[in-house]
Amino acid sequence: MNVAWGEPENPLIPANTNEVNGGQVLNNMFAGLVYYKADGSWDYDAAESIESDDYINWTIKLKADQKFSDGTPVTAESFVKAWQWAASNPDLLNQWWFIDAIAFDGGTYDGGEDTLSLEVVDDTTFTAKLAAPRADFPVALGYTVFFPLPDSFYDDPDAFGNAPIGNGPYKLSEDGWVHGESLNLVPNETYTGPRKAQNGGLNFVVYATQDAAYADLLSDNVDIIDTVPTSALATFKDELGDRAVEQASAVFQSFTMNYNLAHFGDDEEGKLRRAAISHAIDRAEITEVIFQGTRTPAEEFTSPVIAGFDPDGIEGSDVLEYDPDTAVELWNQANAISPWEGTFQLAYNADGGHQEWVDATVNSIKNTLGIDAVGLPYPDFKGLRTEVNDRTIKAAFRTGWQFDFPSQANILGALYVTGSGSNDADYSNPEFDDLFRQGLASPTLEEQNKLFNEAQGLLFQDLPAIPLWYGAVTAGYSTLVEDVEYGWDSWPILYQVTKAE
Amino acid sequence: MFWYIIRRLLQGIPVFFGSTFIIFGMVFLTPGNPVLRMFGDRTPAPEQIAALEAKFHLDQPFLTRYFLYLGDILQGNLGTTYAGQSVNEILARTFPTTLRLALLAVLIQLVIGVLAGLISGLRKGGIFDNVTLLVTLLIISMPVFVLAFVAQWIFGIQLGLFRPTVGAGAPWSDLILPAIVLAGLNMAYVVRLTRASVIETSQNDFVRMAYGKGLSRGRVIPVHVLRNSMIPVTTNLAADFGILIVGATVTEGIFNVPGVGNELFKAINRGDTPEIVSIVTILVIVYVLVNIAIDLLYGVLDPRIRYVK
Repeated sequence: MNVAWGEPENPLIPANTNEVNGGQVLNNMFAGLVYYKADGSWDYDAAESIESDDYINWTIKLKADQKFSDGTPVTAESFVKAWQWAASNPDLLNQWWFIDAIAFDGGTYDGGEDTLSLEVVDDTTFTAKLAAPRADFPVALGYTVFFPLPDSFYDDPDAFGNAPIGNGPYKLSEDGWVHGESLNLVPNETYTGPRKAQNGGLNFVVYATQDAAYADLLSDNVDIIDTVPTSALATFKDELGDRAVEQASAVFQSFTMNYNLAHFGDDEEGKLRRAAISHAIDRAEITEVIFQGTRTPAEEFTSPVIAGFDPDGIEGSDVLEYDPDTAVELWNQANAISPWEGTFQLAYNADGGHQEWVDATVNSIKNTLGIDAVGLPYPDFKGLRTEVNDRTIKAAFRTGWQFDFPSQANILGALYVTGSGSNDADYSNPEFDDLFRQGLASPTLEEQNKLFNEAQGLLFQDLPAIPLWYGAVTAGYSTLVEDVEYGWDSWPILYQVTKAE
Repeated sequence: MFWYIIRRLLQGIPVFFGSTFIIFGMVFLTPGNPVLRMFGDRTPAPEQIAALEAKFHLDQPFLTRYFLYLGDILQGNLGTTYAGQSVNEILARTFPTTLRLALLAVLIQLVIGVLAGLISGLRKGGIFDNVTLLVTLLIISMPVFVLAFVAQWIFGIQLGLFRPTVGAGAPWSDLILPAIVLAGLNMAYVVRLTRASVIETSQNDFVRMAYGKGLSRGRVIPVHVLRNSMIPVTTNLAADFGILIVGATVTEGIFNVPGVGNELFKAINRGDTPEIVSIVTILVIVYVLVNIAIDLLYGVLDPRIRYVK
């Protein structure tokens, strides 16, 4: 079957693939220790068990007799060597996983050989040591960077990137990868895990635009798309009928408040102003009018598809409700501390289709609070991110997060823990850090998420970022296929798609 | 003649250097660090930024990078994309498709445009003449993406006469619809040029002479009228061919034609700077060469045009 696709931005190497096109292919060609089901729960794929007494020292056992598609065995060494290699070099895009996302003992950005505390015990057992206790470690292990690699990889990583050899449900066909046109996968008979291919193969077809892919979907020339183009959002449900898909996705959109701006510091005045601005945004109307209902107003700082989502259980989450009277009252209280002057600016990148919602948001703020509020466009994404990164940006700025793995720890740890890599707000609250660490070390998911939600209560008081809305998958499939399901990560689950009778 | 060609080629050299310098400058001097784009919404560590800048020579001064790049180009190496593919291979794969598409578009213009122009010219002021004028003006006033989307929607999706996009291997049959759209853009000019040229030629003494000798219309029109009317039309078509080779980006994107324009479109979307600069540079070279070829064509078609040293 044909799957709409785009050319990957990097060679197909797990340690260097951090975008959706490369990720989708690798995900079908490799089997990690665990895999994710549609609802975001995980189960073992290549692993037999992943266990720990203290959540620092983990013992990972593999299922016996697994093979790569070239016939070589999948051993503990295949995983250990691949992880060490991925952590070895700062020019690999996924190196940060071993240092920041999941802090492994010994991982540093300087890299170097065999820095991680990983030990091969025997052919099917290895141990991993983390820098701090982390109960959700197994959840993260379904991500691309943790895939095993065959020995042939190390001879020539670049060649491997053009024709990967994996241990997953599919392998490259004879035609393989015709760059710029298509990449063809066939079922891999050496794979014995739970994600057995239910179809005769996958043909990933490169499309220059989502519109072109959608045109082909309407004429059954492509079977699965993962995004409906903006131009068809109003009509796709009529055109596709029950083959149209719309569901929540693990995407969180916000704008980050800048503590460096006058009147928005980390103090009482700043807190009042941030709460006032949050109350001044009519999220329900903006998601309905601008996004045609394909976004849902945010109720907290994670995502409804991630376990532990419980906005009602978090104190202070009502700050996200549109409430003009409260907004004005809070704004006036802040003015009593120090009178407001100037313009509220919200920066965004003009190449990402953000102008409409930014204009609607600043207008909502302007009309509610009676202040000057404008959008501040940057020509492209890199320009915006460069100023965010240098901390030279003089405005609040749009931010988003697509979950890497289905755990609240992923977003809360990356964005709000003191000194964390993607903490663009430079938010630092020891109490939050403490609750987060306790959460990570909690043995059950329930306890963990209870502590995370308590930590989120602090975010609602401080509002380092103003939550806006959650993303959604809008997608569809042709009349020729059945059993199409889209997962928590918005990707179609391709191994279970079957030909329609 | 020989010296004329040499001189024209030499004139192309400063054009080449100037244009590559400008393109390189424009792409690389836009504000912001391309490395940050690779990480999306995640902020990389300083060590990662430094390592990737070194990998792509972004830490070198601008002129150094330009000369490194120029050195590569002069050795025929167009560099690699961020995804590690050779741009030479990409162009070798995509250029033939774009050439075929341009050829098809020019052929359609030649057959339909010249025929319509000829009939309009022979019956000037008639119904056919006026209708043709109206239709070509309508098409020419539409932006290309509107024309392309409408054609794709009507003939591809609704009527199912063509595939809405071009399939694997870009078979000729799939290229017809995008070729028609591309041909439509220049069709009006071809029709008007042919028409004017036919009217002018028909008034010449040699045409009257041919009729006077008792030759039939079926002999006079193709041999005497059309042949002598084709000089401006041919050069227009050649120029259009050049434009199509370098400028079918929008149409190729909409119909997903695996050609050069589409590749450039995707490279721009991916922010793949090395690839963008290399493709645009090659397109500039092609365009310069096509223009030289057109100038030479004049001399071949019309012996009255002489090139002096």
